[in-house]
Amino acid sequence: MDITTLAALNGNIATVGYGLAAIGPGIGVGIVVGKAIEGISRQPELQGRLTTQMFIGIAFTEALALIGIATGFIFR
Amino acid sequence: MERALLHHALTQISMAAGDGGFHAPSLDEFFPPIVLFEGTPFALNRIMLIRLLVMVLLVLFVTVATRSLKVVPSRGSSIVEFPFNFVRNSIAYETLGERDGRRYLPLLTTIFFVTLGMNLTSVIPFLNIAGTSVIGLPLVMAVISWIAFIYAGLKKHPGAFIRNSLFPPGVPWPLYIIVTPIEFFSTFILRPVTLTLRLTMNMLVGHLLLVLFFSATWFFFFQQGPNGFTLFGLGTLVFGFAFTLFELFVAALQAYIFTLLTAVYLQLSLAEEH
Repeated sequence: MDITTLAALNGNIATVGYGLAAIGPGIGVGIVVGKAIEGISRQPELQGRLTTQMFIGIAFTEALALIGIATGFIFR
Repeated sequence: MERALLHHALTQISMAAGDGGFHAPSLDEFFPPIVLFEGTPFALNRIMLIRLLVMVLLVLFVTVATRSLKVVPSRGSSIVEFPFNFVRNSIAYETLGERDGRRYLPLLTTIFFVTLGMNLTSVIPFLNIAGTSVIGLPLVMAVISWIAFIYAGLKKHPGAFIRNSLFPPGVPWPLYIIVTPIEFFSTFILRPVTLTLRLTMNMLVGHLLLVLFFSATWFFFFQQGPNGFTLFGLGTLVFGFAFTLFELFVAALQAYIFTLLTAVYLQLSLAEEH
């Protein structure tokens, strides 16, 4: 009995993997920046320090997204 | 060399004869053919030539900018001194304070200017690719920044730096089993890796997007016969312009973030533990 293929997907599942990996850092960076904006709106005179802290927070949460992009290239 | 550049430009924006389809840019963009010194370890391709050009321009810029320094800067001098002031006040003094800021200022200024100069070439018309979009240059700068913050910590707290960073004080001792490997990985491995990858990936993706939009415009206007799809070329052209401006912003922002994070890591190493 022959197997008939009705539909097929081809391509690289790394793109799906990266898409899933980008959900967490996307939400995380959004939360960090949103909180920073909220803090700046409560106390505008702390804008410089809060902006610096915001960038530090973005650096940490963005790390996983960057590793996600890189694994697509590593595990070819 | 001009023939190689022209050939590259034409093959990037015009598709192979007789093919008819659209070829989106791939990672081969970042490994262009070698134009000089082939076969030796010093083989130069287009990206290396761009890096060398930017290096020469940076040295010229700094030499000319510091040629005749006066106490009260003239109008031209204050324009040229603006980026130096920016790095000194907003990055170095802001995160490190006056004394340490002054000490690490040459490192931070160098990192800022090299990153900014190499990033900006991604939007300059005949260069079109960022010197930092291939991993070599960001890797070197991340390794330098890594050595700098480890050196700063070891010099300031000779015995206690490693102990304080791997075993943060104030944590009940059973938790050290979990916390210490995470701290080690996060501080000594993840910091240089994310610095490198952040810069490389931002520049790589920006270049791929720009090439995609402009080659799509060429394809829609000239490659396929005038039909209903030709007007899409107008849309991709507008997007190409918009993304060029965005790429300019991202180039400056990535240079700022790299320098700022280096300064922050230095500050975390130099911080006094209570």
